[in-house]
Amino acid sequence: MKRLASLFLAVLALVAIGVAQAALSINGAGATFPNPMYSKWFDDYHKKNPNVEINYQSIGSGGGIKQVTEGTVDFGASDGPMNDEQLKAFQDKHGFPILHFPTVLGADVPTYNISGVSGELNFTPEALAAIFLGKVTKWNDPLIAGANKGVNLPGNDIVVVHRSDGSGTTYIWTDYLSKVSDEWKNKVGKGTSVNWPVGLGGKGNEGVAGLIKQTPNAFGYVELIYAIQNKMPYGKVKNSSGQFIKADLAGVTAAAAGAAKSMPDDFRVSITDAPGKTAYPISSFTWLLIPSKFSDGSKRDAIKGFIKWMLTDGQNDTEALSYAKLPKEVVAKETKALNQIQ
Amino acid sequence: MATTTTTVPSAGPITGSRSFLSRLRDGDEIARLVTFIFAGSVVLITLLLVFELWRESYLPRHKFGLGFFVTSVWDPIFDKFGALPFIYGTVVTAGVALLIAVPLGIGAAIFLAELAPARISDTLQFFIDLLAAVPSVIYGLLGVFVVIPVMRQYIQPGLKSSLGFLPFFQGPAYGVGFLTAGIVLAIMVIPYIISVSREVLISVPRDQREAALALGSTRWESTWKVVLPFARTGIMGSIFLALARALGETMAVTMVIGNTPTISASLFSPGYSIAAVIANEFTEATGDLYLQSLIELGLVLFLLTFLLNGMARLLIVVTSQRGSGMGQA
Amino acid sequence: MSHRLRWRKFVSHFMLTMTGLCALVAVAVLFFILGYLVYHGGTSVSWDFFTKLPAPVGETGGGMANAIIGSAKLLLLATLLGVPIGFFGAIYLAEFSGGTIAFVVRYAADLLNGVPSIVIGIFAYSLVVLPFKHFSTLAGGFALGLMMIPITLRSTEEFLRAVPRALREGAMALGASRWKTIASVVVPAAYRGILTAILLAFARVAGETAPLLFTALGNRFWSPGWNQPTASLPVMIFTYAIAPYDDWHRQAWAAGLVLLGLILIINIVARVILSRGVAVPRT
Repeated sequence: MKRLASLFLAVLALVAIGVAQAALSINGAGATFPNPMYSKWFDDYHKKNPNVEINYQSIGSGGGIKQVTEGTVDFGASDGPMNDEQLKAFQDKHGFPILHFPTVLGADVPTYNISGVSGELNFTPEALAAIFLGKVTKWNDPLIAGANKGVNLPGNDIVVVHRSDGSGTTYIWTDYLSKVSDEWKNKVGKGTSVNWPVGLGGKGNEGVAGLIKQTPNAFGYVELIYAIQNKMPYGKVKNSSGQFIKADLAGVTAAAAGAAKSMPDDFRVSITDAPGKTAYPISSFTWLLIPSKFSDGSKRDAIKGFIKWMLTDGQNDTEALSYAKLPKEVVAKETKALNQIQ
Repeated sequence: MATTTTTVPSAGPITGSRSFLSRLRDGDEIARLVTFIFAGSVVLITLLLVFELWRESYLPRHKFGLGFFVTSVWDPIFDKFGALPFIYGTVVTAGVALLIAVPLGIGAAIFLAELAPARISDTLQFFIDLLAAVPSVIYGLLGVFVVIPVMRQYIQPGLKSSLGFLPFFQGPAYGVGFLTAGIVLAIMVIPYIISVSREVLISVPRDQREAALALGSTRWESTWKVVLPFARTGIMGSIFLALARALGETMAVTMVIGNTPTISASLFSPGYSIAAVIANEFTEATGDLYLQSLIELGLVLFLLTFLLNGMARLLIVVTSQRGSGMGQA
Repeated sequence: MSHRLRWRKFVSHFMLTMTGLCALVAVAVLFFILGYLVYHGGTSVSWDFFTKLPAPVGETGGGMANAIIGSAKLLLLATLLGVPIGFFGAIYLAEFSGGTIAFVVRYAADLLNGVPSIVIGIFAYSLVVLPFKHFSTLAGGFALGLMMIPITLRSTEEFLRAVPRALREGAMALGASRWKTIASVVVPAAYRGILTAILLAFARVAGETAPLLFTALGNRFWSPGWNQPTASLPVMIFTYAIAPYDDWHRQAWAAGLVLLGLILIINIVARVILSRGVAVPRT
C-alpha cells in the first residue's frame, strides 16, 4: 500500500514538473558574434519581465539560419544576412517570409598572440588576405613588417585560426577579404562556412579566442568584445582611405553612417570596407531573424516587446560591451517594420 | 564480472507442454506477448536507425557516388563534399592510439593475468574498470588543459629535434593535431584492451603454462611463447573492440584535433575526424546536400564500427571456446 | 649457471617488471585524472555552483544549477525509456524465446550498442526534434535512453540465464505459472546483477555529451517541463572548456569533478552490490 502511494506521488510530481509553465519560454539560436550582448540583454529583460524567458544558444550564425528555417527555434540570429536562396527556402517551407532586424554594430578584429609583442600591429588588406591564403607564413614577412616599422617581429610561423562552425563572423571576415582581394574572391569566396586554405578551427568566437590565447604565434579573427574581455591584443586595419584604424565605437559607427541613410527595406546590407576616413573596414550589423508570422500569440507579443525594448532601453547597454548603437534612422525604420510581425 | 562472454548455457526457455488455454489463463501468453513486444522494439529501433541513415543520405550518394570516399574537398559554398580528410583523420588517430595502447594494454594484461596475485589483480582491474567509465568530455577537458600544453612545449619539439627527419614529425608544433588526439584516444581505449585481454589470458588452461615451465622455460618465455599465442585471437578481438571505440569518439577528439580537414603525413598537423565534423557542423548545415553529406559520413562511421564490433565478438568467442574446450583434459 | 640461462632469466625478470610498469601506468592515469580534477575543481565547487544560474557571457560568477537539474531530468527520461525495454526484452530472451528470434534480438542490441553516440544524436534529431519542432529534454532523454537499452538488455539477460534451472523448475512444480515464476523467483534471484546492470548503464550515459548537442541543445535558464531545451553538465563542460574565459574554465573543472565523482560513485556502488551476491559465479 505504501509503495503504491509513493509511486502515485512520484507520478504526480512528474506531471507537475511537466505542467509547470511558470514562464513563457522562447528559444533562439545563432551568432556567437553578439552573444555577450544578447546574453546580457535577455538576462536584463527577464529581470524586468519575469514571466518571459528568452533562451539564446550561441551555436553560430549558420546554426541560427538553419534552425529557424527548420522551425526548431522561435528566432535566429546571424551576422551574415540570409542570402536569397535561404530566404526562399524559409518562404517555401513556412509560407511566409522571414524578417531581418539589426540589433547592434560590431567589428571583426585581427587578434594575435606573439610573445614580445603586446601592442597594436598594423595590417594592410593585402597582408590579411595573404596570411589567410597561406601565402605569408612568417610573422616577419615583409608584407607585415612593412606596415610595422620599429616592431620586433619574430621569424616564427603564423598559426592561423579560423572558425570550424558556420559563422557570421566568418561571413563578415570573408566578405571583407572578397572585397579587397580578387584572389580570395575567386579561390575561396564569402560565406558562413568556407574552404579555408590554412589554419586551425575553433568552435564559436569563444573557441577561436580560446585557441589563440593558448597557442603562441596564433592569429585569427574574433568579434571585438571577445578580444577586449580576454585582454588579447588586436591590430589596426587599413581602410579604403588609407588610414590605419583600430576597431572602436567611433570607427564602427562611421562605417555604418553611409548605410544608415540608404538602408534597404529588408535591412540586409554589408558595411565592410566602407568609405570614410575614420571608418573601421571590418564592421558589420548583426541581425535577429524573426519569422513574420507566429501561431502562438503570446510568443509573438513577447518577441515584439523585446525588440521594442531592445531598440530603446537596450541600446543604452551596448557601448559598455563595445558594440556600437544602431543609427537613429535604422531604429526608426525598424520600429515601423515591427508591424510586419503578425 | 564477465563482460564479454556470450550465452551461458545453463538456463533457457522451458518449452511448455501445457495447453494453450491453460497458459493463457495463467497469464503466460500475455507475459510472453508483452515481453516479446519489448524485445521486438529493440530490433525495430535498430532497423529504423539504419533505415533513416540510409534514406537521409541519398543526395550525396547519388551525386558523388563512390567518389565521395576519395575526394578531399569539403566546400559548403561550392557544394563539393568529399569524405577523405575525415576518414584519413579518423583512421590515423585511431592508428596512433592503437600503437600506444596495444603494447601498454597487453603488457598490463600480462601482468594482471600471469604475475599478480589474485587479490592485487582484482583490485587493479577494479581501478581499470573505473578508468573505462570516465566520460569522453572529461578526457577532452584534460586534453585541452594538460595534454595540449605538454605536447606543444615538450613532446612535439622533443620529437622534432630527435626524429624530425621522419615525415611524421615535421611542421610547426601547434599542440593540437593528430598525435595529440591519438594520445588522448590511447588513454581512453587502454582499459578495454586490458580487461578483455586479461580475461582471455586467464582463460588459457593451466596445463599450457605448466607444460612450458616443466620443459624449462622462464616465466616470461612461457608467457610470450605459449600463453600469448594461444590467446592471440581473443587479444585481436580486444584490439578490434578498442579500435571501434576509438573510431566513434567525438568529444575528446574534437577538443584536441584542430578541426581542419587536412591530409598530411605529419602527425603534428591539425586534422579532423568523422565524428568531430558531424558534431561541429550538423546544427548549421544549411542546404540539403551539406546536411546529407554529414549524415552519409555518419553512415560510414556506423558501418565501420559495426564491422569491427562484429569481428571482435567473433574472435573473442572463438578464443574462449578454445580455452574452455581444451581445458577439460 | 650458464650465461645463456642467466640472460634468459634476466630477460624474464626485466620483461615482467615492464609489464608491471604498464599496469601501474594504466592505474596511475586514473588517479592523475581524479587528482587533477580535485585540485582544480575542488576549490570551485561552491554553494553558488549548485544553486545559481549561469551569468551573462563574460561576467564572473554564476553557477550550473540548471545544468545539474537538466542532467537529472535527462537521465530520468533515459532510464524510463531504456530500462523497461532492456529489462522486459531480456526476460523475453531468457525465458520465452526460441533460438532464431533470440539471435536476431541480440544481434540488433549489439548493433545498437556499437553505434557511435554522435550518430544516435543524428537519429534522435530527425525522430524527435524535427517533428516536434523543438530542441527538448525529451529528445535528449530519448537519445540517452537508446544508449541504455543494449547495455541493460545484454547484462540482464546474462544474469537471468545464470539463475539455475532448478529454481525455476521447483517453482513450476509447485504449480506456479511461467510469469509468476519469473516475477517471484527468477528476477529476485538475479536482482543484484540486474541492479548492477542498470546502474552501470546509467553511469555510462550520464557522461555522454555528443548525443545532447543537437537534441537538448542548451539553456541559460531553468528548463520548464520536458519540451524545452535544457542545459546539462557534460555539454556545459564542453562549452566552457573551449571558451577563453578563465572563470568558465574554473566552472568547467568544478563540473567535471561533480560529474566524474557521480559516475565513479555509481560504478563503485554497482560493483560492490555485485560482488556481495552470488548471481554469476566467476569462471
